[in-house]
Amino acid sequence: MTKIIQTTCPYCGVGCGIKAKVNAEQHRLHISGDSTHPANFGRLCSKGSALGETIQLTNRLLQPRVYGRETSWMEALDLVANTFSEVIAKHGQDAVAFYGSGQLLTEDYYVANKLMKGFIGSGNMDTNSRLCMSSSVAGHKRAFGSDTVPNCYEDYEHAELIVLIGSNAAWCHPVSFQRIRAAKEANPALKVVVIDPRRTASCDIADLHLPLASGSDAWLFNGLLAYLYEHNALDVDYIAEHTQGFSKALGSTKHTLYSIEQIAEHCQLSVQDVQCFYEWFTSTNKILSLYSQGINQSSSGTDKVNAIINCHLATGKIGKIGSGPFSLTGQPNAMGGREVGGMANQLAAHIEFSDVDKVARFWNAPHTTKQAGLTAVDLFDAIHEGKIKAVWIMGTNPVVSLPNADKVKRALANCEFVVVSDCIANTDTTALAHVLLPAQGWSEKDGTVTNSERRISRQRALFKPAGVAKPDWWIITQIARRMGFETEFNYQNPVDIFREHAALSGFENNGQRDFDISAYAKISATEYDQFQPTQWPVNTQYPQGRARFFADGQFFTPSGKAQFIAVTPRLPVNQPTANYPLILNTGRLRDQWHTMTRTALAAKLNQHKPEPFVEIHPSDAAQYGVQANGLAHIESQWGSMIARVQLTENKRGIVFVPMHWTAQYASHGRMGALVNPVCDPISKQPESKHTPVRIRPYTPVWQGFILSRRELKITDVDYWIKSKNDGFYRYELAGETLPDDWRDCVRKNLCNSAAENSQWQDYQDSAKGIYRAAQLLNEQLETVIFIAADHHLPERSWLSSLFTKAELTKAERMALLTGSPPVGGANVGAIICACFNIGEKTIKAAIKENNLTTHQQVGQCLKAGTNCGSCIPEIKALFGVQT
Amino acid sequence: MKDQKQKLVVIGNGMAGMRTIEELLSAVPDKYDITVFGAEPYGNYNRIMLSAVLAGDKTIEDIVINNRQWYIDNHITLHAGAAKAVISIERGIQKVIAKDGTTADYDRLLIATGSKAVVPDVVGNDLDGVISFRDIFDVNKMLAYSRSHKKAVVLGGGLLGLEAANGLVLRGMGVTVIHNNAVLLNRQLDKPAGQLLQTELEKKGIKFKMAAKLSSLVGDENNHITRVQFEDGSELDCDLFIMAIGVRPNIALAQQAGLYCERGIVVDDTLQSYDPSIYAVGECIQHRGDTFGLVAPLFEQAKVCANHLSAHGVAGYITLPTATKLKVTGIHLFSIGDFQGDTRTESLIFSDPALGIYKKLVLKNNKLVGAVLYGDTADGSWYQELLEQETNIATLRDGLIFGKTYAESIA
Repeated sequence: MTKIIQTTCPYCGVGCGIKAKVNAEQHRLHISGDSTHPANFGRLCSKGSALGETIQLTNRLLQPRVYGRETSWMEALDLVANTFSEVIAKHGQDAVAFYGSGQLLTEDYYVANKLMKGFIGSGNMDTNSRLCMSSSVAGHKRAFGSDTVPNCYEDYEHAELIVLIGSNAAWCHPVSFQRIRAAKEANPALKVVVIDPRRTASCDIADLHLPLASGSDAWLFNGLLAYLYEHNALDVDYIAEHTQGFSKALGSTKHTLYSIEQIAEHCQLSVQDVQCFYEWFTSTNKILSLYSQGINQSSSGTDKVNAIINCHLATGKIGKIGSGPFSLTGQPNAMGGREVGGMANQLAAHIEFSDVDKVARFWNAPHTTKQAGLTAVDLFDAIHEGKIKAVWIMGTNPVVSLPNADKVKRALANCEFVVVSDCIANTDTTALAHVLLPAQGWSEKDGTVTNSERRISRQRALFKPAGVAKPDWWIITQIARRMGFETEFNYQNPVDIFREHAALSGFENNGQRDFDISAYAKISATEYDQFQPTQWPVNTQYPQGRARFFADGQFFTPSGKAQFIAVTPRLPVNQPTANYPLILNTGRLRDQWHTMTRTALAAKLNQHKPEPFVEIHPSDAAQYGVQANGLAHIESQWGSMIARVQLTENKRGIVFVPMHWTAQYASHGRMGALVNPVCDPISKQPESKHTPVRIRPYTPVWQGFILSRRELKITDVDYWIKSKNDGFYRYELAGETLPDDWRDCVRKNLCNSAAENSQWQDYQDSAKGIYRAAQLLNEQLETVIFIAADHHLPERSWLSSLFTKAELTKAERMALLTGSPPVGGANVGAIICACFNIGEKTIKAAIKENNLTTHQQVGQCLKAGTNCGSCIPEIKALFGVQT
Repeated sequence: MKDQKQKLVVIGNGMAGMRTIEELLSAVPDKYDITVFGAEPYGNYNRIMLSAVLAGDKTIEDIVINNRQWYIDNHITLHAGAAKAVISIERGIQKVIAKDGTTADYDRLLIATGSKAVVPDVVGNDLDGVISFRDIFDVNKMLAYSRSHKKAVVLGGGLLGLEAANGLVLRGMGVTVIHNNAVLLNRQLDKPAGQLLQTELEKKGIKFKMAAKLSSLVGDENNHITRVQFEDGSELDCDLFIMAIGVRPNIALAQQAGLYCERGIVVDDTLQSYDPSIYAVGECIQHRGDTFGLVAPLFEQAKVCANHLSAHGVAGYITLPTATKLKVTGIHLFSIGDFQGDTRTESLIFSDPALGIYKKLVLKNNKLVGAVLYGDTADGSWYQELLEQETNIATLRDGLIFGKTYAESIA
């Protein structure tokens, strides 16, 4: 029996609707895009498409654990509640903290915030959204008096100029990017400008790429404001009627730089490119500025956000069809978290601390904190200093994701009481928990999320919970009740919470606050179940929701007018030095999500980039002696990592590493250990895109890989990477010492050593340091290992394909240790299209054979690039290398 | 006209001698009056196929290279049979004399008397039922025994011994091979390959007594062998004892004629002996210190010798590494050159014991100097080519062991 359930993707902030075909008996799931959902109209990216592969019980946390032992909910909840109560009694309410996640549903988030801020009475509830969105929040509030996203996705199809600033939407918000690509294909007049130090996949559709100096965005936009002024491109009436502070803001642009030449020089851009961008911005009517972590993750992120918003206010291009500044949120429910006050400097329902009594009265919580709590980096510093003695981490992995992550690890290791509620059993953070509480995963829980365009959608349970996993809201309310707040947390289901949340949004609002969904204050359980995606506000004035804000010039500041912010651009705090001469930039990959706890479960998502890597300019690589495909140590003042070197023709002086790898999947892949713990003074968002580092070759005496049908316990290997694949696990390895005998070593430690009747194939060229072996069991490939003196190893793709075969042919068996198919056979090459599992060589062959010239033709021929489309840039790149 | 022709006499109607004649006829058909003496009563046959005859894969007719008609057609006088065995070379008058008194004068003499089996120096080596495996006579004897007797013992785990053992097993005898080394075919195989071979032969029913030292052969009252005794005191029952511990150049006649011999008849690079009118080819010769037991160099000698006999006189014989194959159905092995290696060589080794495959290539200064292939010999000739041509294999190295097609595809 299958049934179809509409739900929402749990990954990025695009918030795509999903049509889930559920087979509950077999615990199987077929995912497709929901063609009725306004965020995606049926499109899904590679990650969303692979959700069906992440619902397995492998590595699920199925039972509460207390000090390493499995126990009942009763004992675990009692222990957490009692310990928190004791710590508060002894050290005060600020000795405890919650650290939440943009993965939590709005209802979960609401009760967590209510408990900490309203009833424990501390502001110490922060969230990983701090790492992601807080500069946008702060920028919005300074300019609009509220954390309001003025525009919506529909504007992609109306804009005439789309500016992507610090956003690799092609990989990080793939479905939005596909909409933009489609809009551009439908309307070739639509221009796309990408502003990013890196030449990312998003540049594939760019008419202009501005590879500006890392952190110089505010100069560029201050310069734009001055240019708009000088070229009489201002909306003088809008400025006069609906804004304040324009002349001060304009004045600040004069203080910094005068001419395009100076701006170009400062941003390390060509004068022509800057001129071109400014001219387009001046001459185009409908302009959408999409910005993301490249802007937000900065010690001047808030100012950068305002420098962008200033340009839109000055031209009146805000909240209009096709025009406005548009923050792309990173997480599925970062927006929902902001609505319920998930961050330490927020209260619920966009109510300011100045109005705290409203919240206190609504909740009947007289002890509601009157001041903001500690924000992420400060919060973990306080744990490190012993000021916070008990912390509850909900659905996030700060040991990986926070800056100076080794310090975070030490902080938790020394913390008196660490509680982690998560759906995953083994993460770098759960490893340090005293109490583990099994939370329901995406496919099991019920509630709402809000995407980047303020659209509230339902996530719906598809399956029964795994083990005794519970919803986060249930866990939190159980603790709250045990801490003495029985009646205030007497919710029976998510809709009870949602109603209260909606009611609070309307409480003494009177149009003063942007966030108002009071129309749902009495929503029935059935209506909640049938809830269709809707953009807030939803109230008497906007019963069907509202697509855009501010075209009418009505803002939520005390004066009702938007505020220009005078921005004095600042360089990133830590500049490169002789000792740390390079800048480390960090970011997402196409096929992984955050700390890989779920995406790494899906075999097909591990093929695109199977190993942590560092992108470096060839000249920098030469200068620092690192080789393409070799390994390199990257070190900052705070920590170090090892990554595979990839040469890219990006700006010199900047290296890039992906943010995803954890100690679960890599021995030395945690980039968070290097990132400087420097924050924006207003938003407190860390400067994760800019840390001075140095690089040097890592030269192990051997390198190799293992593909194994079974998960192996790799110990005593200096460098290792693990990834799950279709029917096998892949290990990339390197070592600083050679074993006495590879044959013995492999048979004892690096294979399925318990297997009886296994057959072995060995190849050894000892003088060259080459050892290869294959273990076969019942005519099937069980393990294959390739060792070399350096990184010159064959591709893994053909060997990988053998794990799905019931039996190897003689020819295949004889070719095993070459790593390539029997000559004449097909080797698909590195996987380009993760959705259809199509490799580089297959695509190249098709291009050559059929004289294909466009990615659309490749799509017709092979289906590659026709689902999520995020591999299109890579497909297009293959046209160039044919000859 | 005929009287003007030079006279060429050949002693030995075997493979080396007749290959030389074939080469000579194709170069200068009319240069010589040719007379051939052979101690066996046949035309010329392929001695290396005797194993196949023993195993039943071939008949004697199948292995005949040149029947008597061929000699007639080519105007060659053939004296074949035991009575025609040459017993004396009168170098002073350039004449040979056979047992029955037949004589022939020569201008040029070609000695191709081959080799004799090495007889172990143990008590009982002259018993009935103790034979070698050299010619059709031996094969017929073995076949006769196999019809009436059960227990054969083969002394020598070399190529010939193993082929004899295989043939006798196929003919229904129980066979034990005695070998003085722990590794079978230790002149051609290293230990892993030798073990694979032993396993495979054991599956065929051959038993082995390895690293064994023979002490004596014991006969019955009729002077027929019944038991084999070993130094460690153990014994084996035995009806037929095959000696296959190698061959020795058959140089009795040459020595008696006063030709300079060491282990073999010493020849130069033109296959000429110390007597300018006498040439020698095949297993009876010694060239630059080497003696020969395999067919490939013999054919090369035949070519060079014919070149000189035909007075073209431009070829020089060089001993190339010789590849070895074992003629046992279903067993593929190939060995060439310095397959053991030493401290100055590097080895590439591939093994898949379950498939019965083992390969080892020995390299020195980026050149292939030796190879052992067991189970998969498809690329043997390519390796031989690389070895003989001293090809620099640096770019082929990573693919070398996986064969020509693959290696060249990645080089």
